Amino acid sequence: MEEELNEEYYKAERKTEWRDKLRKEIKAKERTNISRVRMPEADPDVRNKSNLEVNKGLTLEMALAESHRCLDCAVPTCIVGCPVGTNIPKFIKYLEAGDVLGAAEVLKENNSLPAICGRVCPQEIQCEAQCFYVKKLSKEGAAIGHLERFVADYAREHGPETIPGLAEPNGIKMAVIGSGPAGLTVAGELAKFGYDVTVFEALHDLGGVLKYGIPEFRLPKSIVDYEINTIKNMGVKFITNFIVGKTATIDDLKEEGFVAFFIASGAGLPNFMNIPGENFSGIQSANEFLTRVNLMGGGNKNFDTPVHTGKNVVVVGGGNTAMDSVRTAKRMGAERAIIMYRRSMEEMPARAEEIKHAIEEGVEFINLASPIEYFADERGKVNKMRVQKMELGEPDTSGRRRPVVIEGSEYDIEVDSVVIAVGVSPNPIIQQSMPELEITKWNTIKVDDNMMTSIPGLFAGGDIVRGGATVILAMGDGRKAASGMHSYVQSEVFVNI
Amino acid sequence: MFKIIEKKFLSENVAKLVIEAPYIAKSRRAGHFIILRIDKNGERIPLTISDADVEKGTISLIVQRVGVSSHKLCAMNAGDFILDVVGPLGKATHIANVGTVLCAGGGVGVAPLFPIVQAMKLAGNRVITIIAARNKDLVILENEMAEYSDELIVMTDDGSKGTKGLVTLGMEEVILREKVDQAIVIGPAVMMKFAALTTKKYDIPTMASLNTIMVDGTGMCGACRVSVGGKTEFVCVDGPEFDAHKVNFDEMLSRLGAYKEKESENYDEYVKSCEAAALN
Repeated sequence: MEEELNEEYYKAERKTEWRDKLRKEIKAKERTNISRVRMPEADPDVRNKSNLEVNKGLTLEMALAESHRCLDCAVPTCIVGCPVGTNIPKFIKYLEAGDVLGAAEVLKENNSLPAICGRVCPQEIQCEAQCFYVKKLSKEGAAIGHLERFVADYAREHGPETIPGLAEPNGIKMAVIGSGPAGLTVAGELAKFGYDVTVFEALHDLGGVLKYGIPEFRLPKSIVDYEINTIKNMGVKFITNFIVGKTATIDDLKEEGFVAFFIASGAGLPNFMNIPGENFSGIQSANEFLTRVNLMGGGNKNFDTPVHTGKNVVVVGGGNTAMDSVRTAKRMGAERAIIMYRRSMEEMPARAEEIKHAIEEGVEFINLASPIEYFADERGKVNKMRVQKMELGEPDTSGRRRPVVIEGSEYDIEVDSVVIAVGVSPNPIIQQSMPELEITKWNTIKVDDNMMTSIPGLFAGGDIVRGGATVILAMGDGRKAASGMHSYVQSEVFVNI
Repeated sequence: MFKIIEKKFLSENVAKLVIEAPYIAKSRRAGHFIILRIDKNGERIPLTISDADVEKGTISLIVQRVGVSSHKLCAMNAGDFILDVVGPLGKATHIANVGTVLCAGGGVGVAPLFPIVQAMKLAGNRVITIIAARNKDLVILENEMAEYSDELIVMTDDGSKGTKGLVTLGMEEVILREKVDQAIVIGPAVMMKFAALTTKKYDIPTMASLNTIMVDGTGMCGACRVSVGGKTEFVCVDGPEFDAHKVNFDEMLSRLGAYKEKESENYDEYVKSCEAAALN
């Protein structure tokens, strides 16, 4: 996950005159006395009835003040915490020097989607967890995520529409399967190397989970479209409604001249709990619920797609997808929008920020509880769920305390609809179409250190390899795969021609 | 954008659309389906591919007017464009020479049955086909089916064409008359349920092709899930064909009705908007 620090390079950059000067302008002691900026947020009682973005973004003044906190450490441990190796101190110091567009250029060096990462990355367990403030001072880390978002938004709103420098086009065709974060990253990186890149997307819209999964109030669609547009401007072609493995196979595409492939088809197969009554109507996966609302306009009367909501909506699960689902249900008018999670608040895998926002918006939490059966009305529509209480036992292999059933603790809750958000499995389509592709026992695709699969020239990354992870880890895979594909093509294709 | 090359009504409420989709035409096999979205505010609906022409790069779809989307689709004409068409989806029908195959189609289910009849015949089977409809005006693909069937039986509920009676009656007659090695049933869920019960009595391996509600059609959402032998399967990636004796058709029926209220609301609004447009 972590890229190794190229210490010499960072040291040399840090020693440039302007950074030296900037560092000395304010004493470290003074810098550490500044308190961390607070992200302005939309009023919970207003935002829980609309699609308004919850985090409003920092003002220039706030961002500059926060940039002063960064100590520009000799050993920038924050970079180790970033899956794509963003040069964090460098971009923050450009910001401190007042060159916001310069800071944006730094972000773009390693990350083609900074406005997205600034919003959805779990910085508190990545870069910010490795910050000197956290590790040595027991203080809140520099607000790297907020600053990243500020810089990317500022550049989008005020800067010229720019694209990164591209190598001369080499005419070599590369295929990317899936337009989610992993696919977009690979497409951008390969375009920089000069390749002729085509991205194939199964759905009718681009962006993968960034579009169908993450709701508007957390990641506005216009921002995703802007970032995709930049990649289009780099010469990358996008084809929607095209399922590789179905519409055409990898072999068909090889015949069309594609020499290397990146599979980023995602974790598109929702898990269910296999308990009685789970197939009653009104019970849906988080993927289905969120796709109907986010991608298809479900709930908006101008759109034809229907969606199940209601007064009492229970979302089963405690991850970010569960929070996205429950907060969406609240916005669609649920009086009780409930999270049901089998462990306690402390073990909840969702980001602390998402949990905080959900609580502010009036989401209820029923922790240490799990559904065991569903009941339905005469038409087969769910109307009640039976719940069993749990307590925490010994830690399991994940280190979290295992939930243990409390016998005889069952009780019923009236529900109008239920959303199951208990994880996803890899999408099976590519594997079905290529039986020779090596997969793991979890049906994820096996890859080597360069993200190459068991079939030469075929690379993979993101959730199809990881099972179900984050946007930024998918992007980290993308960067690694792009250089793997570049080396592969340079050694294979040119040698063979 | 996908161009409609040809459109004609096969019966009052059933239209055939020929659509330009060269990749799908080339890759599709019997049993495959597509998902389409008419316009940017439309829903994604699954439709089985009833035929394809690789040379011309076209696929044929047969649509029955039921709700808003199917009405909109049936109102489109040659030269119009459908915004999104994706496929071919699902697993293709397992085609083998098994001996005698009884293919039974009900209503618009006759359309997805056609490519299977065709493939079964070309694989060397004796193919007996039953096509059933409520009345003579709703019988579709009679000539096409006759071309690829050793015997074609037409049945209508009211006796206005062919034999009077339900499809199960015709199936049972064939089964009692000669040895049937495999049955394939496609039609409304109720029809498939009773057709499956009929063949089960005689232990004839039977396959049903299910037409559940779907969103993406690639395994992502699980809207299409059904219980098969007590296990949850996704029609889009595990199907659409399953052992008809193991499918829980009652559950499938209730899931098909999941959005009925909302659908009829949408439909009423659609009719109103059409009326308003007509008045202007």
